[in-house]
Amino acid sequence: MEILYKILIDPFLQMGSAPDLLVQTLWEGLVSGVLYSLIALGFVLIFKASGVFNFAQGIMVVFAALTLVGLYELGIPAFVALGMTIVVMYGLAFLVERLMLRPLVNQPDIILFMATFGLTYFLIGFGELVFGGNPKKMIASELYLPSGAYDIKMFGGFVSLQKIDIAAAVIVSLMVIVLAVFFQKTRIGRALRAVADSHKAALSVGISLEQIWVVVWFAAGIVALVTGIMWGARSEVSFSLQIIALKALPVLILGGFTSIPGAIIGGLIIGIGEKIGEFYWGPLLGSGIESWLAYVIALIFLLFRPQGLFGEKIIERI
Amino acid sequence: MFYREAGQFKTTYQADQAVFPILQDRIGLALILLVAFVGIPLTASDFFISVVMIPLLILALASIGLNILTGYTGLLSLGTGGFMGVGAFACYKLTTLYPGVNVIIWIFVSGFFATALGILFGLPSLRIKGFYLTVATLASQFFLDWSFIRIQWLTNYNTSGAIEVPTRTLFSYPVTGPNATPQLRYLVILAIVTLLTWFASNLVHGRIGRMWMAVRDMDLAAELIGIPLYRTKLLAFAISSYYCGVAGALMVFFWYGSAEPGVFNIDQSFTILFMVIIGGLGSLTGSFFGAALIYGLPIVMKIVLHALGINILPATVEHLTFMSVGALIVLVLIIEPLGLARLWQITKQKLRVWPFPY
Repeated sequence: MEILYKILIDPFLQMGSAPDLLVQTLWEGLVSGVLYSLIALGFVLIFKASGVFNFAQGIMVVFAALTLVGLYELGIPAFVALGMTIVVMYGLAFLVERLMLRPLVNQPDIILFMATFGLTYFLIGFGELVFGGNPKKMIASELYLPSGAYDIKMFGGFVSLQKIDIAAAVIVSLMVIVLAVFFQKTRIGRALRAVADSHKAALSVGISLEQIWVVVWFAAGIVALVTGIMWGARSEVSFSLQIIALKALPVLILGGFTSIPGAIIGGLIIGIGEKIGEFYWGPLLGSGIESWLAYVIALIFLLFRPQGLFGEKIIERI
Repeated sequence: MFYREAGQFKTTYQADQAVFPILQDRIGLALILLVAFVGIPLTASDFFISVVMIPLLILALASIGLNILTGYTGLLSLGTGGFMGVGAFACYKLTTLYPGVNVIIWIFVSGFFATALGILFGLPSLRIKGFYLTVATLASQFFLDWSFIRIQWLTNYNTSGAIEVPTRTLFSYPVTGPNATPQLRYLVILAIVTLLTWFASNLVHGRIGRMWMAVRDMDLAAELIGIPLYRTKLLAFAISSYYCGVAGALMVFFWYGSAEPGVFNIDQSFTILFMVIIGGLGSLTGSFFGAALIYGLPIVMKIVLHALGINILPATVEHLTFMSVGALIVLVLIIEPLGLARLWQITKQKLRVWPFPY
């Protein structure tokens, strides 16, 4: 009985008695949710356009951030370094298309998925070789990202909102709008969707697969760069950051692999669920449940909707 | 030239459908077994046995486990490390609770604990498919990894959170713990791996294996021809986790000697998955090839660099290993998506028809 009380009633009493803490937890969940969505967005972009489940997105985030910081440390001004990093990400997209995707065209999805594993390992080794394994500080203030926090009085307590988090939320919203317009309204966006539907049909109406893949991996690279800057500004840039890619996976299956709104809403659900769970129920289980709670949340949703919340309905034909 | 089945006539269906229909293959297998069981323990150095052979066999067993699930049934799993951990911790608990029973028995029994959890985490597999299932198996990996750290009962409330393998004997010779000789450990592992490989070979060549492969090729079609989808998938999960569990128990008891909970993290799952991919999806021989390549590559690289007199930092070697493993995976997938096992088959085929191209 006592255990039931602790699981079912006590956390809610805590929430009621200290609403400022609840709001703070909600806010933190919201922010990490936004950042999860950002990574998930990178996944969705590539999956939508090429059917490839790109496991390397996490390491691409680290790679982009490290390139930026590394270039800055060479004495290059921050914004020039940013531009150069974008060029580097384009180079990466180009090489991935040329060396990996093109020879693997028309292979089953699972083969392409595994190839991105190879890419992940290659980039880990390459990145550590070039930049060293030490954590680096993100050049947040040089890029005019705000720091510090707003303290807001609420329910007789304080809720502290980090300015960088607010900036992250704004940037993510902007990016989603840009991407949505890009996908829905532009010529390339339509071509991307065509490729996603069927490689063969797209080829037959004259869409260049090669070009589309470079564009899509480049877009994912830019998303990775933004993610890297945001995550890096919150903590620091190191290879442990690539674990966030694994964090983004439950977000993906929750939202559905093919849906950009799904990535956003999935990210928010996972982010908030994780923080609330950890804060109120975590002590019961001995903390650290953050590492798997997201997966369990996603799994429960998945049992009711196997294609995720917003995924396209899975239709199988023989 | 010498590898040719000319003149080998089969008079029964049984002989025609044998796993090794060609005489030379059977001789080769017998030779390999002879070398493995007699040659290596007698001639090889302790270092070679404990650093190369023991890990290789154990990793190959784990790869066979994952291959059953991923290669034969087409269910991509990233939870291998977790299931290996279950086997290891189950074996540890059992042998400390009942020290009187032989540890070999507990090794085999501990696999069943992994089976139980494998079935539990395999339950969503009917409703969830493809990459969604892959992510769902990650749930088991992270949950199990977390349990090994948090549930102190598993480590007998050891303050360091690690498990230390006690000394156990077989016919009054120590087989586990610090006093066991590498030769004896090697022989025990070899016997277990051979037995389980033989069992797996019979499984995948039989009715069950065909059911798995039908599900892999197209699960809806398999269901239509009367294959019970759910049972087949769960069976694959069960047997795969059994193999992984046994491999995990062997790993801790006969190789590491002690284990921190972090040993069975997600990286372990990835390593085994790479072995399966590089070796060849849906091939038992491939599992051995893959284990040899992925495990052996860093060792060979170190030795070669050392022999060449190139003195580079160990960290650099590690980075180069990462890069080469990554590049190797992509390369193997491009050259031959079915892995080293397929290359091996092609080589044999070429040999058979040599000097003609086909």
